[in-house]
Amino acid sequence: MENINTTIATSEKKDKFLEVLSTLDFTTENPTFLQHRITSQNELNELDFPTSKTEYWKYTRVGKIVNNTYTLGQPEKIDVSDFLIPNLDAQVLVIINGHVVADLSDFTSVDGVTLTSLSHAKKQNFEGLKKHFNQFTQDKKEIFLAFNNAFHTDGIYLEVAKNKIIEKPLHIINITTGNNTISQSRNLFLANVGSQVKIIESFVNVNGEKNFNNHVSELIISENAIMEYNKIQDKKETNFSIVTEQVYQEANSNFTINTATFNGALVRNNLNIEVDASNCETNLNGLYLGKNKDHIDNHTVVDHKKPHCNSNEIYRGVLDNESTGVFNGKVFVRPNAQKTNAFQQNNNILLTDNATVNSKPELEIYADDVKCSHGSTTGQIDEEAIFYLQSRGISKKGALKLMINAFAKDALERISIEALQAYIDNKIEERFI
Amino acid sequence: MAYSEDDLKKELKDQEYKYGFTSNIESEVIPKGLNEDVVRLISSKKNEPQWLLDFRLKAFAHWKTMVEKRWAHVSYPEIDFQNISYYSSPKAKKEVSWDEVDPEMKATMDKLGISMDEQKALSGVAVDFVFDSVSVKTSFQDKLQELGVIFCSFSEAVKNHPELVKKYLGTVVPPTDNFYAALNSAVFSDGSFCYIPKGVRCPMELSTYFRINEANTGQFERTLLIADEGSYVSYLEGCTAPSRDENQLHAAVVELISLDGAEIKYSTVQNWYPGDKDGKGGIYNFVTKRGICHNHSKISWTQVETGSAVTWKYPSCILKGDNSIGEFYSVAVTNHYQQADTGTKMIHLGKNTKSTIISKGISAGFSNNSYRGLVQIHKNATNARNFTQCDSLLMSDQCGAHTFPYIEVKNSTAKIEHEATTSKIGEDQLFYCNQRGISTEKAINLIVNGYCKDVLNKLPMEFAVEAQKLLEISLEGSVG
Amino acid sequence: MIKIKNLHANIDGKEILKGINLEVKAGEVHAIMGPNGSGKSTLSSVLAGREEFEVTEGSVEFDGKDLLDLAPEDRAREGLFLAFQYPIEIPGVSNINFLKTAINEKRAYLNQEPVSAKEFLGMVKEKSALVELDAKLANRSVNEGFSGGEKKRNEIFQMAMLTPKLAILDETDSGLDIDALRIVANGVNKLKSPNNATIVITHYQRLLDYIIPDFVHVLYDGKIVKSGSKDLALELEEKGYDWIKNESPL
Repeated sequence: MENINTTIATSEKKDKFLEVLSTLDFTTENPTFLQHRITSQNELNELDFPTSKTEYWKYTRVGKIVNNTYTLGQPEKIDVSDFLIPNLDAQVLVIINGHVVADLSDFTSVDGVTLTSLSHAKKQNFEGLKKHFNQFTQDKKEIFLAFNNAFHTDGIYLEVAKNKIIEKPLHIINITTGNNTISQSRNLFLANVGSQVKIIESFVNVNGEKNFNNHVSELIISENAIMEYNKIQDKKETNFSIVTEQVYQEANSNFTINTATFNGALVRNNLNIEVDASNCETNLNGLYLGKNKDHIDNHTVVDHKKPHCNSNEIYRGVLDNESTGVFNGKVFVRPNAQKTNAFQQNNNILLTDNATVNSKPELEIYADDVKCSHGSTTGQIDEEAIFYLQSRGISKKGALKLMINAFAKDALERISIEALQAYIDNKIEERFI
Repeated sequence: MAYSEDDLKKELKDQEYKYGFTSNIESEVIPKGLNEDVVRLISSKKNEPQWLLDFRLKAFAHWKTMVEKRWAHVSYPEIDFQNISYYSSPKAKKEVSWDEVDPEMKATMDKLGISMDEQKALSGVAVDFVFDSVSVKTSFQDKLQELGVIFCSFSEAVKNHPELVKKYLGTVVPPTDNFYAALNSAVFSDGSFCYIPKGVRCPMELSTYFRINEANTGQFERTLLIADEGSYVSYLEGCTAPSRDENQLHAAVVELISLDGAEIKYSTVQNWYPGDKDGKGGIYNFVTKRGICHNHSKISWTQVETGSAVTWKYPSCILKGDNSIGEFYSVAVTNHYQQADTGTKMIHLGKNTKSTIISKGISAGFSNNSYRGLVQIHKNATNARNFTQCDSLLMSDQCGAHTFPYIEVKNSTAKIEHEATTSKIGEDQLFYCNQRGISTEKAINLIVNGYCKDVLNKLPMEFAVEAQKLLEISLEGSVG
Repeated sequence: MIKIKNLHANIDGKEILKGINLEVKAGEVHAIMGPNGSGKSTLSSVLAGREEFEVTEGSVEFDGKDLLDLAPEDRAREGLFLAFQYPIEIPGVSNINFLKTAINEKRAYLNQEPVSAKEFLGMVKEKSALVELDAKLANRSVNEGFSGGEKKRNEIFQMAMLTPKLAILDETDSGLDIDALRIVANGVNKLKSPNNATIVITHYQRLLDYIIPDFVHVLYDGKIVKSGSKDLALELEEKGYDWIKNESPL
């Protein structure tokens, strides 16, 4: 009986979401892309919000998100200067509540680079978009992904032409505003053969409580291409984010993602990387700093399907007050993927007894000639080290700060953009005073 | 040795394994099917007191409301619980003649160095137990009695020590714990009971001399072991000899209670029939094993798992008392089409609690071998420590090795370390051995035994030697 | 003892050995010297039977048998011993157990009885003294946690236990301090007899001050380009390998 009741309850909640979202009008959209929406709307009939029994959501309850009542977030004009990264020379694009706001953006067109809104790209029917849009291998049955597929508004479309190397990073500022708003932004980044690109995306918030951003990005790294994607999540601790990334790597490609999460009532990152070609390198690194009642959940999947690939994963968390950190990293090595080297590491520090960490590093291996390892540690700052620093005249507090900073900064040392590295280091230092 | 390896291989090819155990059954088997009346019938056949019947009925009522969970990384067809007979009296033990016993099994037992008499007994051949162990057993029982140690079948314990059984049964593994624990609680046949009085250090490994009797304890076995304050016991379960059983489903429950200052060392070698090389047949082994540690006490699980078609097993420790210690040492080998999902749970509730997990998985053939473990540090478990090392060794490109640890920490003073590696058996190690004149097969044995040494060292001496041989046999022909 | 004729070998399609000719007789010590990448270690690997290398041409006769036809373990059982440049660690397997297995496998191959425990322990005691190897090391896992010098001494200890007809020492001197070098060389010299032979592969002349070779060969670009007495090693040390490179017709 109990089961039936919860089913009714969750499907009622789903209807509430649908009611709000179905006021969006997509009838003028290019039929190719409209069809994707219709398919996903049909899929939604079969899907329900996860419960405590859903293994994929084992350590994260979505009640906070799904029990709230939302209105649609609208594009606004606001001052974005606070969100710029000091000393960073970048192309700046601004998304507000799932809408690209051109007036606030600051970019110049560059040869060999297509940089526009997703909605414009759909109108133009770009080949690259048609080919790669809405191709998911993991998370197919995820309700939040289906919601975005069916009802996403807008986001950034980036295509880098063959062999084009972009020097200037792209900085996307993805903003939510207002109380109880829902927004669903959507990006697609395509690095064509031999190209190189660096992207930063800041997920921030202005004047709003309990708003919910359900974001999806698709990233395609073609043969021999290199992409670095840096994600900064810094919203007020009353706001909710679910971010899903689907990454495809083609042969000889190199992909790095750095995720720094500083805040959030509920942040869930679903990072799915499919490596369906040989000689690829994949780096996925993350840092999560929880405070108050933050709940930060990182789910990663690296799916090695072909031989001779390397992946390195380091996620680190420092959890203060009553915050919770979740790490669930999965590495698949499929039967064909011989000579895979996969390394996965998760380290956590709890600063109080009311903080929680749940770590689930997983290896699922079906090939024999592989080297895979994972490690997970949870503990305090090494007391010996603290004592050593104290014996050199540093206060205990100072020593602690020094050690936490070092621990946290280590996780993101693969960021290659100096100004960004400095910005993040600075934010870490501000946190642990 | 009666057989050369080649003879054996040839024979295996030519001849499907005969289930061989055709025999005159001396009745006392109740019809197939499961309902409340069957539960009552089992209880009445065993002349059980009302409280135990109530325990069974409650468990059964709960079982009916449960759905079998399928989260483990194993797959097997739906089990028809109405197609199983839940009771057969000891009298009904099937008998076979020595000639009918599977030659493969005979050969394996030869390799393990098991005596002919023992071989016969293990194979279900009726023999008169006139050999040494009877006298050993008697003097053994005298010695235990002197110390106040109770070691008997579960049914005997219910008759002779009902207060102890009543006090502890179901306290560590509640009947509602999981689907198979509930089923076991409703229909358990028999099993072992052990009580070590306060301050007594049990001078011998319990159950070593009883392995012949143990081989037929049935498919729903129940073990209850209580180590009273300050006592110590080392308990051995199972044996290295291959065990054939016509019951495909085995769902045992083991409960350990380690009271203040006590220590229990529980060692298992599991070598149930794994099915043939094409994955046909074999035992489904779904076991719930759990112990509770009170203050300053310790429970150490050591297991060598080579048998069964499907294994689902997580010997666990609830570290309730302050300064208590939990250990889990495991070697799990899967070959051909075997599947194992095994590991442990370490639940840290008390202060200064410590746990160690060493798991060595070896996968060969088309098998799948998963480690699944939970380390949980509760809020009040100040200064809890855990160290986990799980390694997987891959012996073929068709098998799978998986690691699924769950680490949940709610106390800032905890120190948790988990490390896992997965790798192939080293080509350079094999070549080094070859260059010293050691054949590849021998080299694999050496390397595998070396790889498992940390766990094998935890087994009582004579068990360890047999376990080593068992590893060799289990992996025979797995490379090249 | 061993006759190598026109030996060519590839790895991953790349030719490394380009026609080696070498004959070693019982009682002799041969040194093979050469710069990095000349094919020294490839030669020892091919003789020991490493699968990565493909022999494309030539023959090797070992004590009247076609060596290339034998599996690596059978080459060892026939009496070929390779002291590895980088000895392999085998965790959990004690040195003693390892050696006992090796000796008994060899004995079984030669239709001999397995070694008795007493005889074996006597051998261990005697031979470990030869290379001043701490008896404790014999009980530790094979090469695990050994220092560089201990690993090399352990190789010579194994050689002493297995009494090969032909021992190939592959860069045994690399990374050794002078004391260890002396101990290793001393061990090798004591094991020398009119019935066995040794091939010493080295980059430096230093080792040859301790193990005096009867012949010195210079390997360059997959071929033996010069052979001579032990004086050749000294000349080489003095003039450097460039001398050979310049003289080489290649």
